[in-house]
Parts: sequence; structure tokens; C-alpha cells
Amino acid sequence: MRLNSHRSIALFATGLGIALLIALFSPLASTSPDGLERVAEDKGFMETAKEPPFKVMADYAFPWVGNEKAATILAGMAGALLVAGMTSGLAFGLQRIGKRRPAGSNGRQTTADSDT
Amino acid sequence: MYAVPLPTSLPDPAGMHIPDGFVSAPVAAAGYLVAGIALAFAVRQADRKFQERLVPLMGVMGAFIFAAQMMSFPVAGGTSGHMLGAALATILLGPWAAMIVIACVVGVQALVFQDGGLAALGTNVVNMAVVGVLVSYAVYGIVGALARDNRRVTYVAAFAAAWLSILTAAVFASVELAMSGTSPLNIALPAMAGVHALIGLGEGLVTVAALAFITVTRSDLLPFTRKEQTVEAE
Repeated sequence: MRLNSHRSIALFATGLGIALLIALFSPLASTSPDGLERVAEDKGFMETAKEPPFKVMADYAFPWVGNEKAATILAGMAGALLVAGMTSGLAFGLQRIGKRRPAGSNGRQTTADSDT
Repeated sequence: MYAVPLPTSLPDPAGMHIPDGFVSAPVAAAGYLVAGIALAFAVRQADRKFQERLVPLMGVMGAFIFAAQMMSFPVAGGTSGHMLGAALATILLGPWAAMIVIACVVGVQALVFQDGGLAALGTNVVNMAVVGVLVSYAVYGIVGALARDNRRVTYVAAFAAAWLSILTAAVFASVELAMSGTSPLNIALPAMAGVHALIGLGEGLVTVAALAFITVTRSDLLPFTRKEQTVEAE
């Protein structure tokens, strides 16, 4: 198998598109307490939770946006893009580290995958 | 999340994300230590076996898992659950890249969205990224080995990996809560395991659905279908 860059870009764009589409539906998510919250409330240790020392987009609400649904959607999209940036960056980094090394020196698999 | 505030006006810890205050300082420190060691090992392993296909896939999986974790679905008894994604990431990326991706998701949730505590971040990474991925890897590996080329058995393996990864992560969270003196094990464990046994069914369904979708659209991305194809498929 060989992944050329066009296919990689298409995959990346499609996957990111799906993630952003899911974020678009995030206001439909259930607002019931989740597993740990339910247990914490039922067993009476919810009060021991502390407020975070700082807040950036707490409760998935994008700042400066009045509409709650829009704020949730924007926060979801921002988070998805942020994580995609981080994980892509790490993947590129891992790839570059490997390429600097002489081929096959460190047990790296030089399969058909590793040429683009 | 945005419509019904909790009676306690507390940060909203989604899924099994432990907020600050639930874990004691020693448990939090141990969490950071174990998470750090596991991630350092994961980076080393991922680097050794790095494949070109992981560059777009790691980015896509990160975005997808973050978005999917926001989609809480109702479970019985006025409780909600959401996907973790450890099993799906493990199957698609292998355990080491999966661990890195889930840790990134959990890290961004804690640092940017205040979902899961800052002191509890190491503990949350251990439960979801390390335990979730290793359990998925073990279950999928064992059941998947029996499957050989049978796709139906592979889906069963994926479902089992997804379900057990959620359950085990919840058990770890209960043990950490008990060690922190927040809730005794005989109370926290059955409650957490019970709820997450149900949430795990949702995780299994979403994982299998995502795999089925990828099988139809880009089966070359799946390790278990890649073997079936000729090497010079393109």
C-alpha cells in the first residue's frame, strides 16, 4: 500500500470535516449528568470537587458568543482543530525524527508505507 | 452541558473525567508519574514503528475523538455517557500512537475546556489513554488473533475491546477515588462499574460503526483489511 500526499490530504480533509460536522450537532448532546457525576451525586461526594484554578473555555462555551448553542458548536470546532493540530504536529515530528536516522538503524520498519 | 446547570455550579466533568478535589495529592502525583512514563515509552515505540499513514490518521483521529467525546448520549436512569475512543484509535493507529492521541485529547480537555481537573490530569491520562488503550490492545489482539480473516469476528473483537476498555478505565477511576479517600471502594466500584458497563455498550456500537464506515470508504486504512489486499494495490 502506498499513501500518496493527495490521498493523505483527502483523508485529512474528510476526517476533519466529519469531526466538525459532529461538533455542529454537539448542542444535541445529552445534558444529563454523566457516569462519574451520577455516582458522585448519588454517593454524596460531588461537593469535594474543586473549581479549576483558571478557565479558558469552561463547560465548552466559546467566549464572546451569547447564543449558547453557537458557543457550544464553536467550542467543539475550536477543540477539534486544536487537537488535530497537536496530533498532526506530533506525527510530523515523529516522522522527521525517523527520517534523520539512517534507514533501518533503529529497528524502524522501512515498509512501502514510508515513502511518499 | 449548556442547558441544565448542575445543582452545585461545579465544573462539568464529562464521562469519567475526574475533576480536581476527587483525587488526593499522592494519587495525583502517582498519576502524573505513571502517565509520564507511559507516554515517554509510547513516543519511543511510535517513533520506532512509525508509518507514513499515521501522519494524516493521527490528526484525524484526534479531531474525531475530541468531537465524539462531546456527543453525550443518554444512558438509563437520567445519566449520560460518551465515547472514549481508545479502542477505535488502538485498532486504527496501533497502541502507541493511540496513547499519544488520547492523551492529547484529555490534555486539551483539561487545559482549555476545564473538563477533568488539572491536578487530576495525570490520573485521567492513566485511566483513559494508558489503561483504555492497553486493554483495547490486549482484547483486540487476543480476540482478533482468533479471527484471522473473518471480518465479523473482528467486529466482535472491536466491540469487546471497546466495552472492556470503558469498564476497566472506570474501575481504575474507582480505585483512585477510594485511595484518595473520596469514596470507599465498596461504594464507588459497583456504582462506577454498573454505569460504565452500559456506557461501554455505546462505545462498542460507535466503535464498530466507525470501523464499518471505514471498511466501506477507505478499507486500506484498516490493519485487518490491508493484509487481504495486494501490496501494490495502487
